[in-house]
Amino acid sequence: MRHTLWAVVYGVIILAAAVATNFGRDLAYQVAAVTVILAAGILFIREVKLIGSPVPAPATGYMDNVVRYGLIATVFWGITGFTVGVWIAFTLAFPEMNLGFAYTAFGRLRPLHTSAVIFAFGGNALLMSSFYVVQRTTASRLFGGNLAWFVFWGYQLFIVLAATGYVLGATQSKEYAEPEWYVDLWLTVVWVAYLVVFMGTIYKRKEPHIYVANWFYLAFILTIAMLHIVNNLSIPVSIFGAKSVQVFSGVQDAMTQWWYGHNAVGFFLTAGFLGMMYYFVPKQAGRPVYSYKLSIVHFWALIFLYIWAGPHHLHYTALPDWAQTLGMVMSIILWMPSWGGMINGLMTLSGAWDKLRTDPILRILVVSVGFYGMSTFEGPMMAIKAVNALSHYTDWTIGHVHSGALGWNGMITFGAIYYLTPKLWKRESLYSLKLVSWHFWLATIGIVLYASSMWVTGIMEGLMWRAVDSQGFLVNSFADTVAAKFPMYVVRGTGGLLYLTGALIMAYNVRKTIVGAGAAKPVNAVPAE
Amino acid sequence: MGILNKHGIIERNGTLLMVLSLLVVTIGGLVEIVPLFYLQNTIEDVEGMRPYTPLELAGRDIYIREGCYVCHSQMIRPIRDEVERYGHYSLAAESQYDHPFQWGSKRTGPDLARVGGRYSDAWHVAHLTDPRAVVPVSIMPTYQWMKEVPLQPDMISDVVATNAFVGTPYTQDMLDNAAADVMTQLDPDSADVDGFLARYPDANVRNFDGLEGATEMDALIAYLQVLGTMVDFSTFEPEENR
Repeated sequence: MRHTLWAVVYGVIILAAAVATNFGRDLAYQVAAVTVILAAGILFIREVKLIGSPVPAPATGYMDNVVRYGLIATVFWGITGFTVGVWIAFTLAFPEMNLGFAYTAFGRLRPLHTSAVIFAFGGNALLMSSFYVVQRTTASRLFGGNLAWFVFWGYQLFIVLAATGYVLGATQSKEYAEPEWYVDLWLTVVWVAYLVVFMGTIYKRKEPHIYVANWFYLAFILTIAMLHIVNNLSIPVSIFGAKSVQVFSGVQDAMTQWWYGHNAVGFFLTAGFLGMMYYFVPKQAGRPVYSYKLSIVHFWALIFLYIWAGPHHLHYTALPDWAQTLGMVMSIILWMPSWGGMINGLMTLSGAWDKLRTDPILRILVVSVGFYGMSTFEGPMMAIKAVNALSHYTDWTIGHVHSGALGWNGMITFGAIYYLTPKLWKRESLYSLKLVSWHFWLATIGIVLYASSMWVTGIMEGLMWRAVDSQGFLVNSFADTVAAKFPMYVVRGTGGLLYLTGALIMAYNVRKTIVGAGAAKPVNAVPAE
Repeated sequence: MGILNKHGIIERNGTLLMVLSLLVVTIGGLVEIVPLFYLQNTIEDVEGMRPYTPLELAGRDIYIREGCYVCHSQMIRPIRDEVERYGHYSLAAESQYDHPFQWGSKRTGPDLARVGGRYSDAWHVAHLTDPRAVVPVSIMPTYQWMKEVPLQPDMISDVVATNAFVGTPYTQDMLDNAAADVMTQLDPDSADVDGFLARYPDANVRNFDGLEGATEMDALIAYLQVLGTMVDFSTFEPEENR
């Protein structure tokens, strides 16, 4: 009966999506509708096959299969996102690589790159690690049965809808919030389900205390929900078309966008990933978190202060001065809780520093926390108005973002993947620690090339733009600065290529571990309940 | 620090942790965003600002669709070299009809806030067709295909209506004529030019790409040519208390 009911539900979805395909007014919308037909079609066939099958006994133990899928998705989307990134990096040096098609021009592929790495790679890393961590730290199976599967597959559907939309020209043009209204609505549904699974698991925990990693994951889930809903307030032009019109305009919209944009960094890429740090660093080091009190202070200070930092993206614009100054001051204060987190992560290694010599996974985790410290110093510095007058609109910003994204988010995710793969597939160890070492060095050198080349071009173009001669005339045309950046764009692309190569080595290592190229461990999973 | 010892209460109560976290993260946004809807210098009207014509709006949507904002800003800061290079610093009012705003965050290419009227239509056609034909070191993609994509006046008309719905002051007259105005703006000899110019004072009326028919190239150039030209800065005086 249950299966029949679900089959009917999927049938109705297929029908509705077919209607949407037929009446769709643009290609992006129609492709989205067809994607929904395919997804619902697969589910429909699955349910029909299950009709009449007996009700399975409720599953017990940790729900790890969804984490396994999440880990593979993280690796897959990571490589996809890095590849697009390397491609468009070289596009800036060799514009012929835009290929002359609408679909392959930089303006359409850049959102594809940012969304693929932030939301597909980073998002899957957060989903799978939070599902793993919340089960282990509450000693409970994930709440809600198959709801966790809905979150996982629903999120992949969101990624595909967003990505096809960008290439076909459906975008709101709000950075890191480009997906159009129907994709936004779908993500809202998935996100609420994510909150239900996460909070439900916390509510049925067997440990009296909620572990610190879960505070960060929770703050990330809640805040992203708030930011996503407010920043995407828009009116569709037609329910059969991709295009929508934002409710806010001009300066109000700019402030809302960067309140969102900076906190996509602050909560998606920081709070959530700090949750990962608070679980995987202590685990891999075999030491407890350095300071419990520091984690309390740094948690509340971080989530309170981050929200204020948005206006530093709008220095010297038409945003009122008081808001700019407020954003600058809060950004500088934010340095302190950020470093509180870094110190808590690094000092967790007290008494275990010697492991850095022998354990390349721990080395990756520590370097990631190091990059976190670097970019959370660089960020407040660039938020100072006098510095920002030079750095804004330049490649320096791009370098800053990437030392955070490649160094902190990427490296901690790699560390978590290396920690989790043998655990999830019940292997003695990874296939090869030597390959982990190779990955570490390729990635680190790649980041150094990337960040330093962007520092050079950023500061150079900033200075070239403002240079005036003794008569007070501008020295350089804009084109002069474009030409001057060419060699550094090649270096940057090369850095990205090294980073991508490291990730490919990781994918190989993970695959070898999964298929059991290492020795198999006897199965002795401990049930959670 | 005795107060930290009490933190155990929050750690043992999931609901409390959730509610307190949500409260803490809402404050900053409320303080920074809400006043912008009430302060004089963020909601003031400046003489000359008018809603985009349907053709310009269609061009703006192409600008958005192609991700032009990824490499071009539309926000001139009050800094010496920017004012020298691009013109008068941008006013809040100049983007009051931009749903969403297009200030951008990166200048891989130059700022476009006042690009209107700086180059001829023919230059824009040549530049969009092959940027390196006019700027040899340019790294911009080519958009030659825009000359072949026809505009859809019905769709544009719906977009104008939606912009009116979110608050842009399009009059009923403008809404009724939106689809027709796309064609009118492209043809100085059409019957309703006077009516069009009454609806959108000082709008450019001409065949922007020099080709037959209404193309996306027409719309994009119409948009680029109006950028930053609505306010007359020879007569504009900023208020002292800004």
